[in-house]
Amino acid sequence: MTAVIETQDMPVGHQGPPLLSVRGVKTYYGNIIALKGVDVDVHPGEIVTLIGANGAGKSTLMMTIFGSPQARTGTVTFDGRDITRMPTHEIARLRIAQSPEGRRIFPRMTVLENLQMGASLDNLRYFDEDVERMFTLFPRLKERAAQRGGTLSGGEQQMLAIARALMARPRLLMLDEPSLGLAPLIVKQIFDAIRDLNRNEGLTVFLVEQNAFHALKLAHRGYVMVNGLVTMSGTGKELLANPEVRAAYLEGGHH
Amino acid sequence: MASVALALLIVMVVSMVLTSLMSWTIERVAYRPLRGSFRLAPLISAIGMSIVLSNFVQVAQGPRNKPVPPMVTDTIVLMERNGFAVTLSYKQIIIMVVTAVLLAGFWYVVQKTPLGRAQRACEQDRKMAALLGVNVDRTISLTFVMGAALAAVAGTLFLMYYGVVNFSDGFVPGVKAFTAAVLGGIGSLPGAVLGGLLIGLIETFWSGYFSIDYKDVAAFSILAIVLIFMPQGILGRPEVEKV
Amino acid sequence: MSAEMERPVAGPNYAAAARDAVLAGVIALGVFGPLIGFKTEQNMNNQLVVENRWGIVIVIVAIVVIGRFLLKAFVFPALVTRKANAGPASTDESFFKRNFKTIGLAFLLLYPVIIVSMLGYQQSIKWVDNFGIQILIYVMLGWGLNIVVGLAGLLDLGYVAFYAVGAYSYALLSSHFGFSFWLLLPLSGILAAMWGVILGFPVLRLRGDYLAIVTLAFGEIIRLVLINWREVTNGSAGISSIPKVDIFGWITFNVADPTYIGKILDLPPSSAYYKIFLYYLILALALFTAFVTLRLRRLPIGRAWEALREDEVACRSLGINTTNTKLTAFALGAMFGGFAGSFFAARQGFVSPESFVFLESAVIVAIVVLGGMGSMVGVAIAAAAMIGGTEILRELSFLKAVFGPEFNPDQFRMLIFGLAMVTIMVWKPRGFVGNREPTAFLHEKKSVSGSLVQEGHG
Repeated sequence: MTAVIETQDMPVGHQGPPLLSVRGVKTYYGNIIALKGVDVDVHPGEIVTLIGANGAGKSTLMMTIFGSPQARTGTVTFDGRDITRMPTHEIARLRIAQSPEGRRIFPRMTVLENLQMGASLDNLRYFDEDVERMFTLFPRLKERAAQRGGTLSGGEQQMLAIARALMARPRLLMLDEPSLGLAPLIVKQIFDAIRDLNRNEGLTVFLVEQNAFHALKLAHRGYVMVNGLVTMSGTGKELLANPEVRAAYLEGGHH
Repeated sequence: MASVALALLIVMVVSMVLTSLMSWTIERVAYRPLRGSFRLAPLISAIGMSIVLSNFVQVAQGPRNKPVPPMVTDTIVLMERNGFAVTLSYKQIIIMVVTAVLLAGFWYVVQKTPLGRAQRACEQDRKMAALLGVNVDRTISLTFVMGAALAAVAGTLFLMYYGVVNFSDGFVPGVKAFTAAVLGGIGSLPGAVLGGLLIGLIETFWSGYFSIDYKDVAAFSILAIVLIFMPQGILGRPEVEKV
Repeated sequence: MSAEMERPVAGPNYAAAARDAVLAGVIALGVFGPLIGFKTEQNMNNQLVVENRWGIVIVIVAIVVIGRFLLKAFVFPALVTRKANAGPASTDESFFKRNFKTIGLAFLLLYPVIIVSMLGYQQSIKWVDNFGIQILIYVMLGWGLNIVVGLAGLLDLGYVAFYAVGAYSYALLSSHFGFSFWLLLPLSGILAAMWGVILGFPVLRLRGDYLAIVTLAFGEIIRLVLINWREVTNGSAGISSIPKVDIFGWITFNVADPTYIGKILDLPPSSAYYKIFLYYLILALALFTAFVTLRLRRLPIGRAWEALREDEVACRSLGINTTNTKLTAFALGAMFGGFAGSFFAARQGFVSPESFVFLESAVIVAIVVLGGMGSMVGVAIAAAAMIGGTEILRELSFLKAVFGPEFNPDQFRMLIFGLAMVTIMVWKPRGFVGNREPTAFLHEKKSVSGSLVQEGHG
């Protein structure tokens, strides 16, 4: 691996208070502990990535932030507000949007209706404008606009899931494994889109990935999660250079 | 005539309000606590609730039939030949008009409004709907309220048409309503109307040409045959599995 | 529910509770007011006259208001505190719990002896018949349906059809051809199993709710045919004077016979002997059902059922023939329903389509689900609680002294039964015995509490 690695520099908002702050969060499924006290911060304008193996608890953290399941101890704060015990739909209405694990496209709704679902909070004021924006970002979706979600290919569904999340004009975009099962070309396309949104519009992104190389390259900062605990954190550059990270997540790698 | 129509309208609206309230309460008490529970729990609770409801009416109102004097009696003769007349009664016209109006209204709500989209989203993936800011509990409550209001209208029309009602009258229409919905395709409003028309026609023709005793057998057999040979119904869309 | 959980309040919040109670009262007024407040009665001229009964409505609304206030102000906060303070549940079980099966079995075997020694033969009839036999019939039906619903996970809402097939098989064949019970018992089981296959075959492709509704339709079809095929079934009037069971012709229960049990054993004539005999007969049949089920669960077919219940697609990819697996479950469940049916006909001496309405199917399914889906002991407990409980309501005639002579507790029987179904489901959605234990273990026995296992979206 001698290729020149082009990583992101720190954005401006990093010094201020975090937009999302997860403190000492423990989450259980019944009596089985999934998160064993997790601390994560996301500052405005940042792209933060969380990498880790299958079953490390990455998706559980994403869902815990949304209160489904709720953290048993610890706090989740968004923009200075404690959202740990808030119902899921009220958290969503704070304009946190998620493209979840498994994409979860509504299969019997058209692409356009799926986008409407994403926008439904904002009484559809900017709807037409935003749809146009999504169609420019993901031209494939325009071709499929009247098609039902369940008939799309995996890559198209992924694009739709991200576009649906973006329709809320989110203050924080959370993406759970956007590259899973997709062709490298589409992965690149999706990651480019995320980078552009961050650079041009200052969109804050929290990204969960198994595809560590691309994710760390894209992110300003990163966390490594092992067995429900954050074991390492640092800038994307640092983590990419870290020998442990390289050994565990990069070599024999995904790229 | 105008006063009868007004009375009918008032009865319909009052029964819609009361039934909706009842349905809302039942959803809160018997179904909401079971959300996310295992598959059969809400079904058992629903069967229990249907036993409760019909027996509650039996206890409160007595087990005997309640005859109501006919409210609408006029008919129109469409055709007459050899002493046989084809007639259309006003009450049949009322039923058709009310059904058409409600169908249009509910089709609009489900297909075109944010509430309808939220309802469909909850049907397809509740967790995702919540992630997108849909208040799932409220949406389901409203769906129960809407369903109950429709059932109340059907009940009022039933009483107007047959002129007699009994505490146990809900069961067979309930199963037939499900049959009609399945026949037309679950999730399709025009399908439900088509299914209802077909069930009615099949029953009537069966009674006319074969035997009136077996008319319910015919209806139930059709349900079985439809489910076995075309599980998605006539206007239903085939299930698409996720990739 | 979530509203109560949002912020655990330190002490009772009386103002909020009062507001909530008033709201509940308004809703109760809307729900109960019109249906109870007005009652329509038919007078001599067949006209409906409205009666007012607002007194009862006020009582009901008051109960709701006070109940809601108490719940909100005291019970919910107490529950929250208890939940917060709940320590690890104690694991050691009492002697009674550990030996529950043995004790239960011994009690069932001795039950008639206990009753007779306490009350004498004449007084025992009611307790052996209404409670013992009645409950055991439902235990047997529950165990039979348990194969279909609990083990194979196929929701059958028309189980009563097989019960009907068994009952009518015995009723018709014994009154027309004079065949004995012991010949007809297996025969009606086989006939019911055959119907199970006939009905099962076309519906195998269906899943979940669709399967439920088609089986419901089949149940209704069978009942409607029994009502309308008057030449054979005598329609709604039913078939009466069905011969009694005898003990292989050696001992009979007809007073006139020379082989009457009273004459052989030198006892005074009483109908109690027949009831006691029937009690042991249904106990044996029920235990036979349990025995067969327990054996089958340890055979490949039983494993296949449980695998089918958990994941049908996975089953198919493992090479399990799902068609045959489902059919055997249907057929076996139906067979036991047929056995129970022929017993029912012999016990009643009379069958009519009235006995085989959808409600019966619903009751049996409720017993299986309330019992915890797949647990034999749970099904037995559920049957005893639900059937015994509603039978006890018949005995509450002393309430007439409280509510006046027109009060009839029996009319509330099904109302309370339905309420119990809802309450138990809300309270314990996994049923009384809610552990879903696998029958095959690798090394050590671990059971996952049923409440942790959710079905649906994964």
